[in-house]
Amino acid sequence: MALKIGIPRALLYYYYYPLWKGFFNALGLEVVVSSKTTKPILNNGVKHSVDDACMPVKLFFGHVLDLKGKVDYLFIPRMVSVERKAYICPKFLGLPDMIRYNIPDLPPIIDVAVNMSRKENNLYNAFVEAGKVFTGNPLAIRKAYKKGLEEQERFHRLNRLGFMPHETIEQMDKGLVAQNFAPQQEGSLTIGVIGHGYNIYDTYVSMNVIQKLREMGARVVTADNLEDQTIEDRAAELPKRLFWTLGRKMIGSAFHFMRSDRIDGIIHVASFGCGPDSFTGEIIERRLRRSNHVPFLNLTLDEHTGEAGVVTRLEAFLDMIRWRRAAQ
Amino acid sequence: MKVTFPHMGHMHICLKALLEYLDIEVIVPPMPSKKTMTLGTQHSPEFACLPLKINMGNFIEAYELGADTVIMAGGIGPCRFGYYAQVQREILQDLGYNMKMVILEPPEKHISELLVKIRQLTNRSWFDVIKAIRFAWYKARAVDEVERRVHYLRPRELEQGRADEVFKTSLNWINDARSKKELDEMVKKAMSAFDRVPADNNRKPLRIGIVGEIYVMLEPFVNLDVEGHLGKLGVEVDRSIYLSEWINDHLFMGLIKIKGSKLAREYAPPYVNHFVGGHGQETIGSTILYARENYDGVIQVQPFSCMPEIVAESILPTVSKDYGIPTFTLIVDEHSGDAGVVTRLEAFVDLLERKKENAAASQVNAANELSAVNKG
Repeated sequence: MALKIGIPRALLYYYYYPLWKGFFNALGLEVVVSSKTTKPILNNGVKHSVDDACMPVKLFFGHVLDLKGKVDYLFIPRMVSVERKAYICPKFLGLPDMIRYNIPDLPPIIDVAVNMSRKENNLYNAFVEAGKVFTGNPLAIRKAYKKGLEEQERFHRLNRLGFMPHETIEQMDKGLVAQNFAPQQEGSLTIGVIGHGYNIYDTYVSMNVIQKLREMGARVVTADNLEDQTIEDRAAELPKRLFWTLGRKMIGSAFHFMRSDRIDGIIHVASFGCGPDSFTGEIIERRLRRSNHVPFLNLTLDEHTGEAGVVTRLEAFLDMIRWRRAAQ
Repeated sequence: MKVTFPHMGHMHICLKALLEYLDIEVIVPPMPSKKTMTLGTQHSPEFACLPLKINMGNFIEAYELGADTVIMAGGIGPCRFGYYAQVQREILQDLGYNMKMVILEPPEKHISELLVKIRQLTNRSWFDVIKAIRFAWYKARAVDEVERRVHYLRPRELEQGRADEVFKTSLNWINDARSKKELDEMVKKAMSAFDRVPADNNRKPLRIGIVGEIYVMLEPFVNLDVEGHLGKLGVEVDRSIYLSEWINDHLFMGLIKIKGSKLAREYAPPYVNHFVGGHGQETIGSTILYARENYDGVIQVQPFSCMPEIVAESILPTVSKDYGIPTFTLIVDEHSGDAGVVTRLEAFVDLLERKKENAAASQVNAANELSAVNKG
């Protein structure tokens, strides 16, 4: 029987799952993902993590607990940096440590460090280290790594077409390899949604914000639908390069949406207690207010957010945009 | 050009010395107060960490006094501090305050990068710049010296408050010193003033180490004077990092060979195996060091929503259990109140005292039993 490796459906799952899955599958492992977020999963996570952690980290604890007892290994890489001179977030740097010392009796954790801040080929080294746990054959690891990168590339291409990453993952699991037309989106408005992938694509914690907007007659665009270069160029408008990879993505896409004629409104989804969000959100809001007249909504999520409140605010926001348009 | 800078504990003494040495006009913002806090929180992002808000308050108050240039330190992340200056610039711009920001990014390769930036502010020679930095550095050392002394005296003084009085005047003396020679004399004068404070040098007080986020550790207004309160409760405190050590680590690239954060980082594994930004790793490492030096307890201080310290906080209970050292985490934000903090400190100190008494009692019992066995 194949060994089972568990990947929590939280945090960087929404960015790198195809890469990880492709790699471990090619090594002959069975990849087990934790179930979709539910109230018990979140509550369990809240119970086991420190009070002051942000909601996404608490949720990660919940997903790890969901996998406990179901898998032989847990894959919790220490994602320090995925590009030169930029980090993800301090909490990601300490994530494997936080998990290990707060949840007892876990299966072995594979916590290879990915640090591309100084050397880009560190990614390969990290995968070699992870692969060595399962095979002594360097060639097999190399092949698996390539397979993973291929999957990741395919994932990116589909996202660029207009799929949301969580939909792409679903479609890829169903066997979609590639397509050359954008998925259909109905709607009379286009809303740019900015936020950490693990907030906006998790249908439970975001109260399914993307689907709700669609049901209210809006098309949704996120940073993952944009070309990397566009984001990078726009983010470069800041006087000092932002050293959080995800934050820079958010700033870059916000600045892009701000200038685009096709965007009718911008929604910024932040999580309570998120450090980088407090800064990127502030900068986006100030720049928007100064230079431009795109309507802006700031939604802060935490483990207590009620669905009704979110719906009301989304409705009001869209109504406002429509009235404005009618008045023009 | 009138230059100002944010407060961080007693750092204003060194910065003022540095700038005045170079004939730059300095406006020291008023010491942080309730007003600073209110002004700062009003204009800062809600979920920003507390130091940013206090800094903002400092800048606004200094602007009202006529300052037009701000000196601020930078950073390369992942701690938010590295991006403070950028956010603050945006806020000042929207407020319509026309202030120039000079950001001292930590040197990446060589300390000369720091000199270049300081020289932007003045037309004095390189030699003068180096001399000014050296003088500021001596002041930082002097401040640390008197601070260590007051930490020692507070729990031992016979009349409460005497040591603090001397501390305050000696800070003023250090602040007023205009040359290295004068500074040395002032430190000597301060030390002899401390020696005249009646104290019980035989007392063996509880010892508590303070670890955590640097700004909250160094700024008594923000940490609600945790050191002073502990001193009044008869506890001797030590801080894991002092001002001069921070300057050396952060701006001088550890060029000067004094105790720095490196040692603490070495002790952090296996609990925190990787740096996590800020002082997260040092918090864990210093706790272990304090445990090894038989301190009675450790207090971790951090501003609300501080990212690196949250990582440390979630691992601290394990360290506490493994090393048998009680720990307590104090989180401060703009709503923190004096009374709540004092109550918690008292409870923590009571707990430590009881633990110590029990340990002493069981030692006596063990000794008695041993002698009984020997006799039998």
